[in-house]
Amino acid sequence: MDLAYGPDYEAFRTQVRDFIAKNRDKAPKRFGVSRPSEESIAWQKLLIEHGLTARTIPKEYGGYGAEPDILKSRIIAEEFTAAKLPMGLANQGISMLVPTLLELGTEEQKKKWIEPTLKGEVVWCQGYSEPGSGSDLASLQTKAREDGDDFIINGQKIWTSTAHAADMIFCLVRTEPEAKKHEGISYLIFSMKTPGIEVRPLTTMTGHAEFNEVFFTDVRVPQKDIVAGRGQGWFVANATLKHERGMLGDPNQAGTRLKEIVDLMHEETVDGTRLIDHPVYRDRLMQLQARVFAMQFHGLRLLTAASKGEDPGIARLIVKLQGCELNHQLAALAIDALGEIGVLYGDSPHLRAHGSWQHRYMFDLGLIIGGGTAQIQKNIISERGLGMPREPKPAKA
Amino acid sequence: MEFGLSEDQKLLQESIRGTLEKVSPLERVRKAAEAREDFAEDVWAALKDLGVPGMLVPEEHGGMGMALLDAALVAEMLGRYVAPVPFIATAVMAPIAIAGAGSKAQQEAWLPKLASGEAIAGVAIAEAASGAREGAGVTASGGKLSGKSLFALDAAKADVIVVADKAGGLYLVRGDTRGLTKVALTSIDLTRTLTELQFDNVDAEALSTGDSDATRRRVVDAGRVMLAADTLGAGWAMIDKAVEYAGERKQFGRVIASFQAVKHLCAEMAAELEPCRSLVWYAAHAFDAMPEEASLMAAHAKAHTAETGRFVARTATEVHGGMGFTDLLGLHYWFKRIGLDRQLLGSPERVRHEAAAMQGWAAAD
Repeated sequence: MDLAYGPDYEAFRTQVRDFIAKNRDKAPKRFGVSRPSEESIAWQKLLIEHGLTARTIPKEYGGYGAEPDILKSRIIAEEFTAAKLPMGLANQGISMLVPTLLELGTEEQKKKWIEPTLKGEVVWCQGYSEPGSGSDLASLQTKAREDGDDFIINGQKIWTSTAHAADMIFCLVRTEPEAKKHEGISYLIFSMKTPGIEVRPLTTMTGHAEFNEVFFTDVRVPQKDIVAGRGQGWFVANATLKHERGMLGDPNQAGTRLKEIVDLMHEETVDGTRLIDHPVYRDRLMQLQARVFAMQFHGLRLLTAASKGEDPGIARLIVKLQGCELNHQLAALAIDALGEIGVLYGDSPHLRAHGSWQHRYMFDLGLIIGGGTAQIQKNIISERGLGMPREPKPAKA
Repeated sequence: MEFGLSEDQKLLQESIRGTLEKVSPLERVRKAAEAREDFAEDVWAALKDLGVPGMLVPEEHGGMGMALLDAALVAEMLGRYVAPVPFIATAVMAPIAIAGAGSKAQQEAWLPKLASGEAIAGVAIAEAASGAREGAGVTASGGKLSGKSLFALDAAKADVIVVADKAGGLYLVRGDTRGLTKVALTSIDLTRTLTELQFDNVDAEALSTGDSDATRRRVVDAGRVMLAADTLGAGWAMIDKAVEYAGERKQFGRVIASFQAVKHLCAEMAAELEPCRSLVWYAAHAFDAMPEEASLMAAHAKAHTAETGRFVARTATEVHGGMGFTDLLGLHYWFKRIGLDRQLLGSPERVRHEAAAMQGWAAAD
């Protein structure tokens, strides 16, 4: 147990701080909603040049080319968070497609796609879920029929964030209709400008269209744009999902949120009494503070295991479930502390934090469901973590 | 940066586990409970052989001078095996009190005996840590103690007892001193003793070297971390038993572990309890390495692990169905261990209030 980083890492931290001091006025003020703004793209380029994002991506693919060092990555995150500066871009292309191509792509695919994706020039969306295939993703029905050197794709995807603005899609399609469900899927990448693709926005309970539905009608895509071979799509997707679940339930987000609530409870009053002086609300705050500490230290434990190449077992499997639930409970406390003000939304007078607590409370529920529902997470924890058996398949009628 | 156990710490925990697996099986625990043994002498003797009583005693007094995290790893195993031994006061709280606020003579008189396991030490600090019930409290005057203290730990057979008085001072009282009456309190948990101490003008030596307020604080912090670790171990034992039982019990033609309703209960227990391990480790580490955070982290570890422990204790019992409710299976020893841990040295509500006060968010009591 040693929570100090040591002199080498502290020297690295000083470098990061120097960068921040010199460049903080270059940080983007406008980020762009679906596509990164020009300022964001320029900032991303600067961060890559200094090894502050895309740090371990090899140079020949447009990254910085450093040896993986999870502690340095954490120091960068700590310093940028402390300085309230935006980190490098973190969209689905960068977080999910790039690691997948690095692991499983051909040299040509890596050369062609990784660099423009890292730079924010190419925006991707993810075509996984379908209306009939959510938790049971492997039952997906979007079909890719062979036609010469091409596939002809027909079907529908749902929950496709940024599809309306994306240049490209990484998409799971059924190429081998005769094979078992897990073995008949391929992972295809293609342009969203291809004829036959229709994108319809999907408005959620937040009132915003954070997602889309995507319809494919006779969409012609070259067969060579498969990643890792026909019928391998399920295995490729699992490699990708691992990266997604790593992003969901980040305890540092909970730490930031807790600080906001502490401030809120010191500022807001009811009948002239500050919420922090109200013992019932304060007790809820204290319960959540303990949970935030527990998850942050849990994060340190996982970080240590990762830096040593150890498998932390069940400790890793619980992060998505617990982290997303904790964020949701934090938003719930903020709303309750605000009372009727807590339900104001949109452009109402008396709104607090631009209505973001309600937005977070609702959107967090989406995160609890998305990326593997809470129930699927509990299956994973009980089966892979505790060694309990799978639910037997129902007998065929 | 390394947040985890060293190889030595892993070995320590494994050796305690291996010993308790042999000497403290459920039959032994049951025997100690049913015979109302003050503690299981043979189990304690096996732990003495491993040096457990002297873990936290400084080396110059014959101990091992180890860290509170090491003691927490032991406490976790004691909870896991519901071991009926005098650990929390004898091996943790009393050595910290005597090493922290004892004179050289007091240290020399007691620490080597505690380290070797020759002496048992109790601690009577419930009024300071949890608040006084029924007007309990001890008053010191002219080297004599009067009054009463409830819920003293490891005091039944103690050779020496560390007593906190109403003014916040700490005192040493010999277990056989004239005027001291011990009344056994029977709790749900028969693996540990609770004692009411009545003082009628009892001879006492003040532990008054250095900052005794700070020492009292540290004694409570350390005790809270131990109780959290005890619940962590007992809770994981209950989860493991629930998973094992569900894997054997068949209903509707299949093991109940294959029903998602049962699996999800087990997953929820594990998901709630495992982060407590990191909180306990951090709190124990802070006690030695980051004293400015120690009290807050001990409070959070105590309160949060108690809440999680209650959820695990009831849920694991439910997974066992009717059998979980019987004496036959013995699952209730873990349930009751967690139940006692929760109330000792401050219930979650009280401890969270203290944690708020430490951060300036509430008035201190």
